Amino acid sequence: MDRPVALRGVSFAYGEGDLRRLVLRDVSLEVEPGEIVLLTGPSGSGKTTLLTLVGALRAMQEGSCRVLGRELMGAREGDRVRLRRSIGFIFQNHNLLGFLTARQNVAMSLELDGNLTERQRLARAGEMLAAVGLADHTEKPPSKLSGGQRQRVAIARALAGQPGLILADEPTAALDKASGQEVVRLLRDLARGRGVPILLVTHDPRILDIADRIVAMEDGRIVETQAA
Amino acid sequence: MNEIPRGPALLPWAPEMTGETAPAAPPAPPRRSLGFLPGLFLPLRLAWRQLRSERARLLTAIAGVMFAALLVFMQLGFRGALFDSATNLLGAMRGDLFLMHPMTQASFRPEPLPRGRAWQALADPDVERAVPIYLAQATLRNPETGGRRAVQLIGLDAEGGAVDFVGLGAEVIEALKRPDTVAFDSRSRPEFGPVARYFRERGPYPLQIGNREVELVGLVEIGPSFGADGNAVLSETNFRRLVTRSASNADLVALRLRAGADLRAVQARLVAALPEDVVVMTHAELVAHERAYWEESTPIGFIFLFGSIMGLIVGMVIVYQILFADIASHTSEYATLKAMGYSNFYLVRVVMWAACILALIGFVPGFAVSAFLYDFVGSATFLPLDMYPERAVGVFLLIFGMCAIAGLLAVRKLRDANPADMF
Ligand SMILES: Nc1ncnc2c1ncn2[C@@H]1O[C@H](COP(=O)(O)OP(=O)(O)OP(=O)(O)O)[C@@H](O)[C@H]1O
Ligand SMILES: [Mg+2]
Repeated sequence: MDRPVALRGVSFAYGEGDLRRLVLRDVSLEVEPGEIVLLTGPSGSGKTTLLTLVGALRAMQEGSCRVLGRELMGAREGDRVRLRRSIGFIFQNHNLLGFLTARQNVAMSLELDGNLTERQRLARAGEMLAAVGLADHTEKPPSKLSGGQRQRVAIARALAGQPGLILADEPTAALDKASGQEVVRLLRDLARGRGVPILLVTHDPRILDIADRIVAMEDGRIVETQAA
Repeated sequence: MNEIPRGPALLPWAPEMTGETAPAAPPAPPRRSLGFLPGLFLPLRLAWRQLRSERARLLTAIAGVMFAALLVFMQLGFRGALFDSATNLLGAMRGDLFLMHPMTQASFRPEPLPRGRAWQALADPDVERAVPIYLAQATLRNPETGGRRAVQLIGLDAEGGAVDFVGLGAEVIEALKRPDTVAFDSRSRPEFGPVARYFRERGPYPLQIGNREVELVGLVEIGPSFGADGNAVLSETNFRRLVTRSASNADLVALRLRAGADLRAVQARLVAALPEDVVVMTHAELVAHERAYWEESTPIGFIFLFGSIMGLIVGMVIVYQILFADIASHTSEYATLKAMGYSNFYLVRVVMWAACILALIGFVPGFAVSAFLYDFVGSATFLPLDMYPERAVGVFLLIFGMCAIAGLLAVRKLRDANPADMF
């Protein structure tokens, strides 16, 4: 079977002409099924850029990037939008819709799936919220939740759509130490339970222990890979 | 608050305890794209939930749309009422066909035609009766203040049945046959003074029209128009006493046809038989001709059009601002939705639905207030302000279009929601 993520010779530059700046240089990386890979490295080393390419949020420029069996090099906008539906994203900020309850926010990740009825969507959202320990908070708007709880809603939202891959960029940056660790452990457990691979960018040394493998980047290159 | 659920209670195997990696995820079931109805309904629901969450913003938008609807309703209402009243006089004429000089643009300024055309028309076997009508303006002295004001004189043989003025009964027709008598339009503008009230209080009394003293013998109802603030009806003979002009000229001829005659055929025969100095019109054509003059040859129509457009522009700017602010304050959420696989077009639908919702919930109170004002202003000014269904539908379509354009302008802001900037 295909690996969920397989990058080969990916290079990427921002800007045009004189302003052109290469931020990824010939990056190759693979993520095995069910594997949790942490991406670290100094600021500006290109981690986020790499994640946006894998997440089909940006158009590829050079190299090959296969995600969940689809080649992203040269993929059209519409194909990229469709692929994103099979990826769970967790951002530094939760970005929950303030005018929806926790349950409705989670259900938003299911509303693009024509197989489900409204009742099924809400039921599944409720199950996911229970799985992140928020069974008692399903009907609250994000403004009534703590930072850690909001990030857990975001995790529930990312996982509700049964994604084939989870991408997270510094999910603990906006959280204090304790809730940050809780959140990533929860993410790890849920992903493990479902066999979903994770590619997670972090600066946070306290969470390195959740990884199967740690990949370090520097100046647009992968400099070191170590098994945890 | 932040306790973590115990893993084993939720997961079939406890991977965090064994360190074991779960088997590869089962392939997710193939996704079906949204059906047509959910594709419409879900963005609508999202739009409504978003609008509802910002009360102050929603109320501002509703007020803006309502204001625009109100303004357009009032402008169209006044415009319609004024054009309706412009044809008050001709609308009350009764005849199957009318003869008029081709250069007559409006009844307040008629071009005379030879009265002989009336008798020529009678030569047609289907024309039963021909009534010449004389139109001129003279000044009427206010019986209270003595001030003078132009009044429209309508001279005709009232027995000829060529007009259908309310109040012109047999008694008044009989009285009008006496020398120097007139009937006054009780719906004339109030500037003429208490002409009608005095008549109701004391019966016939002398009035001054032009330089002549005439007796007011009755009241009729016609209504003012652009060209005339008031009207007075009098017989052919009395008209001549007040207005010195060639006796062989008339201003309008009303023809009554034999029952069962073919209107169009008679019209065609008369056009062929009569010389170039008359046009032959049906009643509807006569009224339309008069209305067209006021609509097309004067800036009145444009003024109301301008007012309506201003209302729509103001409403559109308000709706645009609201929709724009809604997008701008949710840029990162929208970008997140895009990252989750929502297409830009889906979010466009959300914004357009928001525009539609604003159109609807702003129009309804705008309509209600306008209907109330039509009643209120109509009874205060005697302008015929009526809430025709066509007008309500037309204004709704305008408001809808206004909101749709505002939506299309605001939608460009969605481009700022770029999921690649989210990490
Ligand atoms: N949209 C953009 N346009 C132009 N340059 C960009 C853009 N995004 C990032 N860059 C630049 O590309 C380089 C790599 O950025 P990137 O965000 O991938 O780094 P990072 O490893 O995620 O850093 P950090 O740890 O600070 O998040 C940086 O020098 C950054 O300034
Ligand atoms: Mg970054």
